[in-house]
Amino acid sequence: MSIARAERLVNLVLCLLSTRQFLSAERIRSIVPGYADAPSSDAFSRMFERDKTELRELGIPLETGRNTGFDGFDAVDGYRIARRDYELGDIDLEPDEAAAVALAARLWDSPELTGAAHGAIIKLRAAGVDVDQSSPAIVEPKVRTAEPSFSPLLAAVQEGKAVTFSYRRPTPAELRTRTIEPWGVVSWRGRWYVVGHDRDRGAPRCFRLSRIVGDVKVAGPADSVPRPENINLLDFVATTGSEPAPASTAKVWVARGKAAGVRRRAKVLGTRQVGGVTGDEVELELRFPESAASWLAGFGPDVLVLEPEVLRKSVYERLLEAAR
Amino acid sequence: MTDRLPRLLALVPYLLARPGIRVDEAAEDFGVTEKQLRKDLELLWMCGLPGYGPGDLIDLSFEGETITVAFDAGMSRPLRLTGAEATALLVALRALGETPGVDGEAVRRAVAKIEAAAGLAQPAGVVVGLGVREGEDTAEVRRIVQSALTARKALRITYYTASKDEITERTVDPMRLLIVEGRSYLEAWCRRADAVRLFRLDRVDEVTRLDEPAAPPPYAEPTDVSSGLFTPQPDQLVATLVLEPDARWLAEYYPVDAVEELEGGRLRVRMRYSDRSWMIRLLLGQGGEVHVESPPDLADQLRTRARQALELAGNLAST
Repeated sequence: MSIARAERLVNLVLCLLSTRQFLSAERIRSIVPGYADAPSSDAFSRMFERDKTELRELGIPLETGRNTGFDGFDAVDGYRIARRDYELGDIDLEPDEAAAVALAARLWDSPELTGAAHGAIIKLRAAGVDVDQSSPAIVEPKVRTAEPSFSPLLAAVQEGKAVTFSYRRPTPAELRTRTIEPWGVVSWRGRWYVVGHDRDRGAPRCFRLSRIVGDVKVAGPADSVPRPENINLLDFVATTGSEPAPASTAKVWVARGKAAGVRRRAKVLGTRQVGGVTGDEVELELRFPESAASWLAGFGPDVLVLEPEVLRKSVYERLLEAAR
Repeated sequence: MTDRLPRLLALVPYLLARPGIRVDEAAEDFGVTEKQLRKDLELLWMCGLPGYGPGDLIDLSFEGETITVAFDAGMSRPLRLTGAEATALLVALRALGETPGVDGEAVRRAVAKIEAAAGLAQPAGVVVGLGVREGEDTAEVRRIVQSALTARKALRITYYTASKDEITERTVDPMRLLIVEGRSYLEAWCRRADAVRLFRLDRVDEVTRLDEPAAPPPYAEPTDVSSGLFTPQPDQLVATLVLEPDARWLAEYYPVDAVEELEGGRLRVRMRYSDRSWMIRLLLGQGGEVHVESPPDLADQLRTRARQALELAGNLAST
């Protein structure tokens, strides 16, 4: 932005904030420094349109209307900014609250959200809040938005537009076009999902952003997505996945000095030789029983499952296949 | 330069709230150079109310290196938050509120105050759940790590390195607790590796807070996780694998490149890894769901390992 333009825009904001009357474009042209440079009415109009767009994009509540006077309404629309709508409300944060805000602003590793959070911090500082971002945080959560589909989906959600995209489901493997009315984008355990009404299924569905193939295309006008009341988007995503199975125990044999990953969770029951190899019989608590077979099979001849039988078989079958 | 107008609009109220603030301090708060901030101030000096006479223009008084606003031309408060700004901040705060080790009470008070000040600009359409699962043991480890971070003390840890399947003792200088993709990591200067390392908290088997101070060297840089936890390294090994449909999750979980769709929902990927023994453990566990195309000796080693395991298990059945 040129110096002249930045200066003109600041003056425009100050001027429109200071007036209670709506000011017509012509009046603004004659008052606000910078517009006089416009060589023609057309040039001025283009300049002024661009400036209005810029202000609105920044979230400045530019009002349009006509003044009433003794001789009725003005002939043309005018502009003003209502101070009450422009100004950030009073806010005063305690030091621990300000520290939380500073930490929150650093959460994002995201082109879309990092900038917006920074913008919010600037405004809070301008409201007199001291947000110190230089002091190191002890606990620091980070959330990335790496998927190319994040930005268009977020925009579609915020504008209330339906979207269509190709989606690859892993099992059964298929690539299909889906059309959804998106309600929100949700990050759960570091993965992003979009939740919405699936038009093809006629039901709510969630989709993982990393499985979207190609571009997300807009499939409807703005403000055409009815969002259900009282829906908790996070619950929707977090409960759609499978519930973890309860922990169970297993008895395994571990070769001496091997499979540290198993040993660190195991209780040694006694020593035992298997095929001339010395090892220990241990009892093991399986925190994730659903993945226990592949975890244990991975150790090959260093770990042999004794009990339960289901787990022993499952490991054995994996090894059989891997041996082919 | 598109940030300039928002900054210009925020500057006067910012200075108004801090009479006599130093120029360099203000520049730091706005994330710009001192030179840029001075340019901004010079520009604001030319702005003001219609009339634009001496009494109508924004008036800033400089004293040495400090600034004070003498006349604000009616710009006494910052612009309200946009929907995007309120969303970015409030969604992040709410996620923090559920984070182990973060003062949830202060977070909730901050949320309430920002919601009140933001007015209509309520967040919509974005939700974040960090979803950190923390067992009792890990919670205890975290408490000790946090106390060491607060007191700036070194730690002695017993750590399980999954890539090498080994347990080691290390003395580390803690830097911060990082929560990424649903997991907690201790970021520390590892005196054994002589480098910054991330230690997954659920793999810290024992931890002791030492009396000696934490002293990461000045060149110990925080890990940049903005492009993910697994950044490609030049010395990494590469395998070409074909994943059956049931093993496709591997491609979403581990760093892969050159993904190629094959018939029947299978996937050919190039996967980077650091340790051969880790790769063998991973692949053995997948049974027939993953086929190694290259390197050939990885495929051979995998088969040998599986046969040895079957042979030994045969012994077991006969006893």
